[in-house]
Amino acid sequence: MSTAVAEESKVNKEVAEPMFSKKNLKLITDPFNDSNPITVQILGICSALAITVQLKQAVIMALSVTVVTAFSNLVLSMIRNYVPNRIRIIVQLVIVAALVILVDQMLKAYVYDVSKQLSVFVGLIITNCIVMGRIEAFALANKPWPSFVDGIGNGLGYGLILVTIGIIRELTGSGKLWGIQIVPDAFYAAGYVNNGLMILPPMALITVGCIIWFQRSRNTKLIEN
Amino acid sequence: MALDINSNKYTFAFSTVMVVVVAVLLALASEGLKPMQNANIRVEKMQNILSSVGLKTTAEQADSFYTAFIKESFVLDLEGKVKESPSQEAFDIDVLAQYKDKEKLDSDKEYPLFVCEKDGKRSYIVPMVGTGLWGPIWGYMAISSDGITVEGASFDHKSETPGLGAEINTSWFQAPFVGKKIFNEAGEFSPIKAVKGGAADDDLHGVDAISGGTITSNGLSAMIANTLKIYTKYFQELQASSASADISTLPLDSLAVDSLALDSLTIDTLVSQPIK
Repeated sequence: MSTAVAEESKVNKEVAEPMFSKKNLKLITDPFNDSNPITVQILGICSALAITVQLKQAVIMALSVTVVTAFSNLVLSMIRNYVPNRIRIIVQLVIVAALVILVDQMLKAYVYDVSKQLSVFVGLIITNCIVMGRIEAFALANKPWPSFVDGIGNGLGYGLILVTIGIIRELTGSGKLWGIQIVPDAFYAAGYVNNGLMILPPMALITVGCIIWFQRSRNTKLIEN
Repeated sequence: MALDINSNKYTFAFSTVMVVVVAVLLALASEGLKPMQNANIRVEKMQNILSSVGLKTTAEQADSFYTAFIKESFVLDLEGKVKESPSQEAFDIDVLAQYKDKEKLDSDKEYPLFVCEKDGKRSYIVPMVGTGLWGPIWGYMAISSDGITVEGASFDHKSETPGLGAEINTSWFQAPFVGKKIFNEAGEFSPIKAVKGGAADDDLHGVDAISGGTITSNGLSAMIANTLKIYTKYFQELQASSASADISTLPLDSLAVDSLALDSLTIDTLVSQPIK
C-alpha cells in the first residue's frame, strides 16, 4: 500500500494546472480500461455479482458508488493533513459510512422501489473495497480536485463493468432490458427459453471472468509475462 | 501553527469534532427527508393491501386505487368485535409497532380490518405481523365474504435471507394461497400452514413451504395462525350471515354435490363448500 501511495503522490507535483488537464482527464479515463477497479484492480467484486441481475439496479448502484467514491475522496483529501495517522482508517470509515447513509436516505426518499431492491447492498457500499482503496491509495496523497476526479473515474469504471454485466444478465436471464421486454414473443413461441442460470450470482462471476479475459487479450499493457 | 497531529489530545479532539459534525449532518438529512420517506411507506402499505386482493398497482396509482376499492376499514378488539371508538384510523395503526410492544396487553391492542369491494364482491383484508428468522415478517390476507376462503395474500419481510426466506414476497409463494380455507369442514378454525416438503394437492389448509427457509416458513405459519385467531369470531359471524343470505340464492345442484356429507355438516359450512 505504501509504495502505491508513494508512486501516486508523484503524479501531482505542479501547482497551477487547468482543471481538466491531460493528467486529470487520465484519472477519469484510466479506470475505464487500464486500471479498471473490477477487472484490473479486482476490487468490489461482491457487489458486482449481487446487483447485476437487472440493468436498472446496476445503474443506480453504479451512480451511488460513484457519488460515494468521489465525495469521500474529496472530503478526505481536504482534511488529509489534519487526520491523525493512528485513527486514519476509522476516520475514513466514519466519512464513508456517513456518505453511504446519506445516499441511502436519498434513495429511500426519491426512488423507493429501487432502494428496496438494492436493500442491504447500499449499506455494503461502505465495505466496497473501491472506496477505501482509492482513499488510501490516492486521496490521502493528492489534492482535493484530482482526488475527486479520481473518485468519479473509478466509480464510473466500476459502473461500466456493472452495466455491461447487467445488460448481459438481464437480456439472457429474463429477455428484458430496464424491465422492458426485448426478446420478441415469436422467439419464445419458437422454443427460446430464458437462461435461468444467468439470474444466479455464479454466472455473474463467470461473466466477470469472461470480461477480464477479453480485456486482457486486447489490452497489451495488461499482458503479463 | 505548530500542531502535533499525532498527539493524544489532538486525536481525541479530532474524533470528537468529527463525530459531532457527522452526527449533526446525518440528523439533518434524516429529518429533512422523513416526510418523503413516510409518504413512500404509506403508498407501499396501500400497494400491499391492494395486492392481497390481486390488484397490482404502481406507486402513482396506489392512492386512487385504494380509495376506489377499499370501501371501509374498521378496528376490532381482541374479542373480534368492531370497536366503536378506536384510538386511530384503521389504516394508521402500526401493527408492527404494536406487535413489538411487549408492555401492551393483547386486549389493549387494536386489530384493523379493511373491506375491499371488487367486481361486486366484498373481501376482508387482515393485516398480520410475525417473526421470521432474522427479523419481522408481515403481510395481508384477504378473506372472501363467506368468511372462509382466502382471496389472496401478500407477504413481505425486513431481512430474511435472499433466495430462501425472502421468497415469501414473491408471487410463486403467494399465489397458492388463493382458494385455501381458514376453517375446516367441521367449522373449526384451521389456519393455512406452510408445509415442509410440499403441501398435498388437495390440502385446503396448506401451501408449499420454502426449501432452506424453514424458520421463515414456520414463522409465517405461526403469524397466520396467531393473527387470524383473533379474527375468527368476526369471520364466524360473517359465515352465519353469508349462509342465511346465500342459501336462497344458491343453485340447487351445488347443494346436491355435498348431499352425501350432509349428515356431518352444519348448514353454515355446507354453503361454503366449493361449487364444483
